Amino acid sequence: MKLAINWFKYSAPSTFYGLAGKVIPWFAISSAILFAAGLYIGFFVAPTDMQQSEAYRIIFIHVPASILSMFIYLIMAGYAALGLIFNTRLSSMMASALAPTGALFALISLWTGALWGKPMWGAWWVWDARLTSELILLFLYLGYIALHASIDDPRRADRASAVLAIIGSVNVPIIYFSVKWWNTLHQGATIKFTGTSMHVAMQQAMFTVLAACWLYAIAVSLARVRSIILERERNTQWVSELPEAKL
Amino acid sequence: MKKSSMLDLLVLVVRRDLVLAMRRRADVLTTLIFFVMVVSLFPLGVGPEMGMLRKMAPGVLWVAALLASMLSLGRLFSADYIDGTLEQMMLAPQSLSMLVLGKMVAHWMVSGLPLVLMAPVLGLQFDMSVQALVVLIFGLLLGTPILSMVGAIGAALTLGLRGGGVLLSLLVLPLCIPVLIFGTGAVEAASTAMSVSPHLSLLGALLLLALVFTPWVTAQALRISME
Repeated sequence: MKLAINWFKYSAPSTFYGLAGKVIPWFAISSAILFAAGLYIGFFVAPTDMQQSEAYRIIFIHVPASILSMFIYLIMAGYAALGLIFNTRLSSMMASALAPTGALFALISLWTGALWGKPMWGAWWVWDARLTSELILLFLYLGYIALHASIDDPRRADRASAVLAIIGSVNVPIIYFSVKWWNTLHQGATIKFTGTSMHVAMQQAMFTVLAACWLYAIAVSLARVRSIILERERNTQWVSELPEAKL
Repeated sequence: MKKSSMLDLLVLVVRRDLVLAMRRRADVLTTLIFFVMVVSLFPLGVGPEMGMLRKMAPGVLWVAALLASMLSLGRLFSADYIDGTLEQMMLAPQSLSMLVLGKMVAHWMVSGLPLVLMAPVLGLQFDMSVQALVVLIFGLLLGTPILSMVGAIGAALTLGLRGGGVLLSLLVLPLCIPVLIFGTGAVEAASTAMSVSPHLSLLGALLLLALVFTPWVTAQALRISME
């Protein structure tokens, strides 16, 4: 019961602002430490791959970025739906705070994939199912951000882009499967890692970087949502009483 | 009784929009001419080699249809929005989803159907076989209504925004990719003597899904935009 009350307490922007400010350094610092550790394991401990030599090491950033780009979209759509259904201001703010980070990860995933593809496949880009659906995911993020940015009234912006995010999340599986069926011929080109065939140090490096990316995403979106809260609530009493607003 | 009144409403909205479209025939024709022009630009751009054109034809026709339907989507609600009709429609006791569905049907008849009818002629320019053409027409018949319906959501969300047209394409085009893939996939299957029914069935499934959900979602989007 007490827990439930606490949850609702932090659903108000004014209380969440302080909480987010307190936890951001922890997420940021642990993210930095894990990045350093993961990259160290990835570059110095993990052995050189027999088939792909050194170039495979890009997966330590590529795979975490791809996972997060997809996961953040779902979380964003979830927050957008919460905001639309229950009219909670903070949920909509979180959704719009997550979008740029998700788009960034989608871009990193495509970029590193291209860098890996050139030495491995001999091409920067292949119209493979995964590549194409990741590209479309980036388009969906950009559409969400563009729609949100072009509506001046924040309430309408939140709700309209929430509808778009939800349609997108429904459509993502359809897009994924359509692309997959369309391009079955190229599937063989994808080199699949399964847990068993991967060296332990490689796994460690990948999961450490994944955790680091995760913490980075949390820290950055919380920092962004704090800015959004300040912007939206600039005319309220509690914002004018903040020490950082009095400077 | 209630059912028939819903149907009457649908027919009424479709007729009204068709009459309005007929009064402004230039708008309808520009979409069609755009479609023909885009398709005609491709042989000029990539060269007149028949083997390649035949291979590209379904993709080119589908992409051109997609772009042409984007072009006319901006007008779906904007005229009614500007003169206040849309507000009256939302105040009406009848279901807004049904009104929206009527507008979608009318939009398809004005901007989608002419493209479907024009496609065989353009397909012949690309030296498509009769069998491939028939499949292309079926695919377009199933697919273009989906473009109108999904596009209507985008049109409702971007209603009255500055730069709405470009934004609309940015929102709607990624969502239309499955239609494009299945539509061109069907023609490709036909030309390689494989079964076309999976592609067409999937298009039909998408059409039914769109028919059920998009009017309601568009109505919600309109309510958000009109607040």
